[in-house]
Amino acid sequence: MGTLRDLAPSRRDLLIGAAASAAVTGAPPLANAQAPVTSAQGTVVQAPSVSKVSMTVNGMARELELDTRTTLLDALRERLQLPGTKKGCDHGQCGACTVIVGGRRINSCLTLAIMHEGDSITTIEGLGTPEKMHPMQAAFVKHDGYQCGYCTPGQICSAVAILKEIDSGIPSHASNDLTAQPQVTAAEIRERMSGNICRCGAYSNIVDAITEVSGRKA
Amino acid sequence: MKPFTYERAKSSTAAAAAAARTPGAKFIAGGTNLLDLMKLQIETPAHLIDVNGLALDGIEPTPEGGLRIGALVRNTDLAADPRVRRDYGLLARALLAGASGQLRNRATTAGNLLQRTRCPYFYDTNMPCNKRQPGSGCAAIGGFSRQHAVVGVSDACIATHPSDMAVALRALDAIVETVRPDGSVRSIPIAEFYRLPGDTPHLETVIERGELITAVTLPRPLGGTHVYRKVRDRASYAFALVSVGAIIQNDGTGRVALGGVAHKPWRIEAAEVELPRGAKTVTARLLADAKPTHENAFKLKLAERTLGAVLTEARG
Repeated sequence: MGTLRDLAPSRRDLLIGAAASAAVTGAPPLANAQAPVTSAQGTVVQAPSVSKVSMTVNGMARELELDTRTTLLDALRERLQLPGTKKGCDHGQCGACTVIVGGRRINSCLTLAIMHEGDSITTIEGLGTPEKMHPMQAAFVKHDGYQCGYCTPGQICSAVAILKEIDSGIPSHASNDLTAQPQVTAAEIRERMSGNICRCGAYSNIVDAITEVSGRKA
Repeated sequence: MKPFTYERAKSSTAAAAAAARTPGAKFIAGGTNLLDLMKLQIETPAHLIDVNGLALDGIEPTPEGGLRIGALVRNTDLAADPRVRRDYGLLARALLAGASGQLRNRATTAGNLLQRTRCPYFYDTNMPCNKRQPGSGCAAIGGFSRQHAVVGVSDACIATHPSDMAVALRALDAIVETVRPDGSVRSIPIAEFYRLPGDTPHLETVIERGELITAVTLPRPLGGTHVYRKVRDRASYAFALVSVGAIIQNDGTGRVALGGVAHKPWRIEAAEVELPRGAKTVTARLLADAKPTHENAFKLKLAERTLGAVLTEARG
């Protein structure tokens, strides 16, 4: 059995090692050595691994060196200072983290940033600004499609994407005829938006906002 | 998440060889299930092999008149393919009944097949689970088991397979194509792809170490009326309590597979000869060996009634 005194140096050594490696690479304080290291508790753990990725975010080319574990969500929020995309459940259940990648909406919490080499990503910041809102943003304001607003960036990214999905003929669970062109109906909107949870319950106003943008009378 | 190293695969065979060679390696494609499990440290790969760059994202006709679906075809694209919508409506319907739009945009055909159970005790690392930690016990047996399997269960595990797509593929008699680390390929009928839990619930498929799914092949279109009916606690974005996938011909014959009731998509071909006799007879045969818990015995009646509704719908 090791005493506390026996264990202390190994923890200090680990920290010194990590700091030295960060100094060499200029990276944030994480070791890029890939050899396993011994933790303070004496168990062998894998050291963090670093990888590079280049992507286009809201029209701007970005290059990042990231811990391989970094989700796209965390890269956007913590490294690119784009906190509009929200972290809700962090498990793909709530949709707050929805962004548009290559024209398709996805949960940015369930994908690694390094898997998006060369991809083009649009976040809520890329859709519009307070001065020049995207029509969907304006419609959410007009129809009061939120209360607390936390789920709203994800709702709006999803809403923009579902109209494109319907337009390009992608069917849904609510489509009666699989082979027909789907229409923008309340049932279609509700089904397609089911991956975006709103705890304030603004759903009916969200449906109104999307319906208006689709060109139908809300 | 535990740290891991990362590489982008250059070819299917190279990916399979790398996975067999590298300790703790796993493939990643959509990642919608794997990353979820990695965050909870239920999956702790030391190395990820990203297969997204492989050219496995096409849907091509086969010489036999069927379709060959690349392993990387996203669930959205598969459900939206005009040939799938026209000739394999059951598959399109099952895909669209699963997950959310965001997840379907990312999740792949192969990943959907290999997704893990959503048993809450598998997800709770403070609980025993023979699937997560072999030999540790099963907290679902005697626990909250409303969602769990009723047939094909063992004393070690009562988890269900969560996929809707796999239920449709089972009814369609799809074939899973793979490449092994030595470069050899094999074709696995979907009926032989999944294992029952038995004493080894951590072994879910017949896939070997390093083996990579490259495609799923569908037979020639079967005609008939395709129906997928999913009963769940919410109208959308929830896993099945019971689902029924069926292809019913004009003469009343057909095929039926059940989801939400077992460790794998549940189909017994011998039960299908009873289809003209109605749902009660078919279900009795399908679930003859059922061992439900007191919390999920309702699934037996629910399966019968869901199949009844499906047969009514199919008869128009």
